[in-house]
Amino acid sequence: MDITVSILLTIATAATPLLIAAIGELVVERSGVLNLGVEGMMVMGAVAGFGAGYLTGSPWIGLAAAIVVGALFSLLFAVMTLSLATNQVATGLSLTLLGLGLSGMLGTGFVGLPGERLPNLYIPLLTDLPVIGKLLFGQDPIFYISIALVFGVSWFLFKTRTGLTLRSIGDSHTSAHALGIQVIKYRYLAVMFGGACAGLAGGHLSLVYTPQWVENMTAGRGWIALALVVFASWRPLRVLAGAYIFGAVWIGQLHAQAFGIPIPSQFLSSLPYLATIVVLVIISRNKRLTMMNTPASLGQAFVPDR
Amino acid sequence: MGGTVSAQEGAANLLEVRGLTKIFGSLTACDHIDLAIKKGEIHALLGENGAGKSTLVKMLFGSLEPHSGEILWNGQAVRMTSPSVAKKLGIGMVFQHFSLFEALTAAENIALSLDDGAPIGTIAAKARALSYSYGLPLDPESLVGDLSVGERQRIEIIRCLLQAPELIILDEPTSVLTPQEADKLFETLERLRAEGKSILYISHRLEEVKRLCDRATVLRHGKVVGHCNPREETAASLARMMVGNEVKSAERTPIKLDGAQELLSVCGLSRKPAGPFSTPLKNIWLSVKAGEILGIAGVAGNGQGELFEALSGEVQQASGDAVRIRGKDAGKLDITGRRLLGAAFVPEERLGHGAAPRMKLSENLLLSRYATDGKAFVGSAGMVRNGAVYEAAQRIIKAMDVRKSAPDPEAAALSGGNLQKFIVGRELDRQPTVMVVNQPTWGVDAGASAHIRQALIELARSGSAVLVISQDLDELFEISDAIAVMHNGELSKPIPIAEATFEKIGLLMGGSEPGHVDHKLETA
Repeated sequence: MDITVSILLTIATAATPLLIAAIGELVVERSGVLNLGVEGMMVMGAVAGFGAGYLTGSPWIGLAAAIVVGALFSLLFAVMTLSLATNQVATGLSLTLLGLGLSGMLGTGFVGLPGERLPNLYIPLLTDLPVIGKLLFGQDPIFYISIALVFGVSWFLFKTRTGLTLRSIGDSHTSAHALGIQVIKYRYLAVMFGGACAGLAGGHLSLVYTPQWVENMTAGRGWIALALVVFASWRPLRVLAGAYIFGAVWIGQLHAQAFGIPIPSQFLSSLPYLATIVVLVIISRNKRLTMMNTPASLGQAFVPDR
Repeated sequence: MGGTVSAQEGAANLLEVRGLTKIFGSLTACDHIDLAIKKGEIHALLGENGAGKSTLVKMLFGSLEPHSGEILWNGQAVRMTSPSVAKKLGIGMVFQHFSLFEALTAAENIALSLDDGAPIGTIAAKARALSYSYGLPLDPESLVGDLSVGERQRIEIIRCLLQAPELIILDEPTSVLTPQEADKLFETLERLRAEGKSILYISHRLEEVKRLCDRATVLRHGKVVGHCNPREETAASLARMMVGNEVKSAERTPIKLDGAQELLSVCGLSRKPAGPFSTPLKNIWLSVKAGEILGIAGVAGNGQGELFEALSGEVQQASGDAVRIRGKDAGKLDITGRRLLGAAFVPEERLGHGAAPRMKLSENLLLSRYATDGKAFVGSAGMVRNGAVYEAAQRIIKAMDVRKSAPDPEAAALSGGNLQKFIVGRELDRQPTVMVVNQPTWGVDAGASAHIRQALIELARSGSAVLVISQDLDELFEISDAIAVMHNGELSKPIPIAEATFEKIGLLMGGSEPGHVDHKLETA
C-alpha cells in the first residue's frame, strides 16, 4: 500500500513541472503566439529559484523569484516578436539557447550546494488519513497551484469574456484589430503569463523535485511541455491528462528498469513519449474539434496597418 | 420619402470630414476628401474599385490613421485613434472583407464587439430576436466557419445593429444577399433612418442607391468628383460620374448550339453534407456545350459552393463519370488533373482560396498554373523561370486593367475588385476549354464587372464552355445562354434565356416549382 502511495506521489512530482509549463504555453498559443523558448524560461526559473532560496534561506522567496524571472525573461521574447515583429520560431529558439547558457553561467557558484526545499502541506488529521491523506493533503504547494492553474485557465478561456477575446485574437488577429481589440497588449500579457508559468515550473525542479542546482537541469522538459500543448489540441484538461500519462509512464519505466526487465533500456526510456503521443492523438481524433481549437494565426507576426 | 428628404435640409451634420488624406507608399488613396453626413440621412459613397472608398471608411472607423485632415463628430473635432474610439462615439461598421472569427460561434463573434459584458446566452437570445425581427434569420449557436458568405454577412449586420450606433457604415452589404434579403435590409435601413440614425452606404449597385439614398458623394482616384441627389440621376449618369466615361454593358451575340460538342457534363452527382451546416448535393445533371454560357442562380447556401468544389476537384467523386471534362471522366481527378484536361476554376473566396494573401501576384499565378504551363514557367531541373512568370503576370494585369500600388504587390494589398480581375484574368489567360466561375463579380465595380462579363462571353464564343454560378440575377441574364437554379442541393432544368424571366427564376430560387425534383437532362 505504502509503495502504491509513494509511486503515485512521485508521478505527481514528475508531472507537475510539465503541467505548469504546458498550461502557460497553452495560453500563449491560444493568443496566436508560438514561444519555443519554454525550455530557456524554465531553466532560468530554476536557477533563480535555487539562487534566491539559497541566498535568503527562504524557499518561498525562491518560488517568487522563479516566477518573476520567468516572466521577465519572456518579456524579452515579447518585445522582439510583438513590438519588433521578429520571427517567432527563430526568436523562441534563441531564447532557449540564451536561457541555457545564461543559467549555466549564473549558476556556476551554486553547483553542489544543498538547497532549500519547499515544505509539503501538513494539515493535522487530514494529512494523517490513510492512503488519501498524503495524496490529497500532503503534497508540495506547487502541486496544488498546478491543479488550480488547469481549472482556472480552463474557466478563463471558455467562460470569461476576456478569455473569449484572447481566443479570438488567436483565431484572427486582423479581425480582432478591425474590431478595436488591442492585439499586442493581450499578447504581451499572455506571453508573460506563459513566462511566469515556465519560471514556476523551473522553480519546482530546483525547490521541490531535486532541491539543488545542476546545469541544464530541465533536461528537455520544456520541449515536452510544448509537444503536450499541441497533442492536447490546446485544451487545458487534455494537457492535464497528457502530463500525468507522461509522468506515470516515466516513473513506471524507471521501476521496470530497476527490476531488470529484459527490454532494452533505450526502448523503456522512449515509452513515456510514445505513450503520451498515442493517447493524445487518439483523444484528438475528432478533426472538427481540433480545427475549432487550433489557433489559426499561430506563429504569424502581426503588424497593425495604421 | 420626399418629406423625409426636405426635413433633413436644415438638419445638423452628424459627421463632417475636411481635407482627409491618406498615403500608402507612392499611392494617394484619399486626397483631401470633404464629406458631410447629416442626422437621419442615408448617404451613398460611390466609386470604382480602388477609388478610395474603403480607405476612407476605415479612417472614419479608426482602423487607419489619416495623414492630414480632420474629422468632426457633432461639430467637435475628434481623433479616431482606434475602432473602440469610433464605437464609443456611436459609429458602427459592416465590413466588406468580413471581420469574423471562423472558429467561434455567431454569438461569440457578436459578443466580442459589444462592451457590455453580458453573458453569451443573453447576447445569443438578443441576436436571434433582432435577426428575426429584421428578416435576416440567424442561428447564434452555429460556427462561423460552417456558414456561407451570405450568412456571414448577416452576422456582421446584426452585430452592428446590436451596438445601437448613431452612424452605421455599410461597405457593400448587399453584394452577398439575395434580392429578398436585400429588400429586408432596405426596410431595416429605412426604419433606422426614420429613427434619426445616419447611414453611410457603399454599393456598386446603382439601382439600389437610387432607391435608398438621399445624397451621394462620388469618388474617383481618391478625390471627390461630385455630390448629387441619386434620385434625380439615372444609373447610367451615376456610372459616368464614377468612371469618368460611358460604361457599356456586356454584349451577348445569340448562338446556335445544335450539334456543338459537350465539353462539361455532370451526371447524377450526389454528395453527402461535408459538415453539420452544409448542404448535400442531390442527383445533379448538367451539361455545357462548346460556345455556351450556363448560369446557375440560387439563394446563398443552397449548395452552390458544394457544387463548385465537386466540379473543381477540391472534392473528388466516387465514380469517374460523375464529372466529365471534354468527354473524359474527371470525377476521380484532383484540381491539377482537371486543369490538365483544359478546365479552369475561379472560386468564390478571393483571399485564401482564389489567391494566397501574403504572396505576390506573380507567385499566385505560378501556384495555379505551374502544372498546366509547366513548359513556360518551369525550366529544366524544376527551376522556376521567374522572368517568364513575372511577364505573364504583367500581361494579365494589363489585359484586365488591375490597379495596384506596386509593380508586383501581394494579393492582400489589392482592393477586392482588382484582385478579382487578376484572378479571373489569370484563368482566362490560359484560354481554357472549360471555365467554371463562382460569383465572378462579387464586390467588383460596374466598369470592371462589364469587363469581366465581356471576357467570359468572348471566351465562350471562341468555343469554350463556361459555367457561371452567381447570386446576381442581372448578371446571369446579361451573359447566360441558359439559366438553371439551385435550391436545397438540387438543380433545376436549364431555362433557355429567351424563355427566362425574373419571376420564373425567382420562383425556382424559392423552391416553389412543382416537379422541382430529380430529373434527367435530355441528351442532345
